[in-house]
Amino acid sequence: MTVDWAHFTPFSALGGGALIGLAAALLILGLGRVMGAAGIVGGALAIKDAEAPWRWSLIVGLVLSPLVARALWSVAAPVFAVHGLALVVSGLLVGFGARLGSGCTSGHGVCGLARLSPRSFAATGIFMATAFVTVFVARHVVG
Amino acid sequence: MKRNSFPLAVGLIFGLGLCLSGMVEPAKVTGFLDLAGLWDPSLALVMGGAIVVALPAFLIARRRSAAWIGGAIELPTKRAIDAPLVAGSAIFGVGWGLGGVCPAPGVVDLGFFNPDAAIFVVAMAAGMLAYRAAVDRRLPGLRLLAQDA
Repeated sequence: MTVDWAHFTPFSALGGGALIGLAAALLILGLGRVMGAAGIVGGALAIKDAEAPWRWSLIVGLVLSPLVARALWSVAAPVFAVHGLALVVSGLLVGFGARLGSGCTSGHGVCGLARLSPRSFAATGIFMATAFVTVFVARHVVG
Repeated sequence: MKRNSFPLAVGLIFGLGLCLSGMVEPAKVTGFLDLAGLWDPSLALVMGGAIVVALPAFLIARRRSAAWIGGAIELPTKRAIDAPLVAGSAIFGVGWGLGGVCPAPGVVDLGFFNPDAAIFVVAMAAGMLAYRAAVDRRLPGLRLLAQDA
C-alpha cells in the first residue's frame, strides 16, 4: 500500500468530519432522529408520510450547502468518474442496497458506529469490503 | 416552523461538512477505496472525526426520551445481523465503489448544478422505490430478500 500524500488532506477531512458529526448530534438530540441519508431520502419519497416534511427540509439544506460553502471558501465543482449507463447502475445499486441494508455511509458508517451498534459495524465492514473489491476490479483488472 | 427550519439547518451543516471534507468529489472517495493504487486515507479521518463528535450525543440520547424541539427520540431497535443487512450492504458497496458516490454527497452535488448528480440521484431514487415495491410484495422475485427488512 502506497499512501497518496499529494491528495491526503488530514485537516479538512477531520474538520469536515466534525461538522458531519455535529449535524448527526443535533438531529438526534434536537429532532430525535438518526441522520442516515438513505433513510432520509427514501423516507422523503413516501410523500404522504408524516415524517416526510422534515426529511425534505433536511434535503433542501443539503442541496443549498454548496452555495454557502462557496461563499465561505473555495470549493472545486465535483467531477463524476463514471457517466451514462455505469452511473445509472451505480445509483440503482446504491439506492436499493442502502434501503435493503437499512443504511448507508452516514446511517451505518457514522451514526451506527457512534452508537456502537453491532449491526452497523457489520454493515460498514461489508460495504467497505465490496467497495474495495469493486474499485480493485474496475481499476486494476478491467481498467 | 422549527420542525422545518431545524432539519434545514442540520442539512446545511451536514452538507458543509461533506464539502469541506472533499467527500462531494467522487475521485476523493475512490482514492480511499483504491487500496492497490495510490491510497488517500482522508475518508477514514472524515468518519473518525464525525464519530468522535457524534458519540457523546448518542450516549446522551440513550438516556433521554424527548427531543429538544418536541417529540420522542427514536433510536434503532433491531439487533440481528440478518440476511437483508448483509445482502443490502454488499449491494450498496458495489454501487458506491462503481461511482464513488453515496446518498448524501449525491444530493449535495445537485447543488453544484452537476447534471451527472441529477442522473445519479434519479437512479438512486428509482432503486429506493424498487426496494419499496419489493417490500410491498409487488416484485415477487425480491420477496425473499426483503421479507424481514
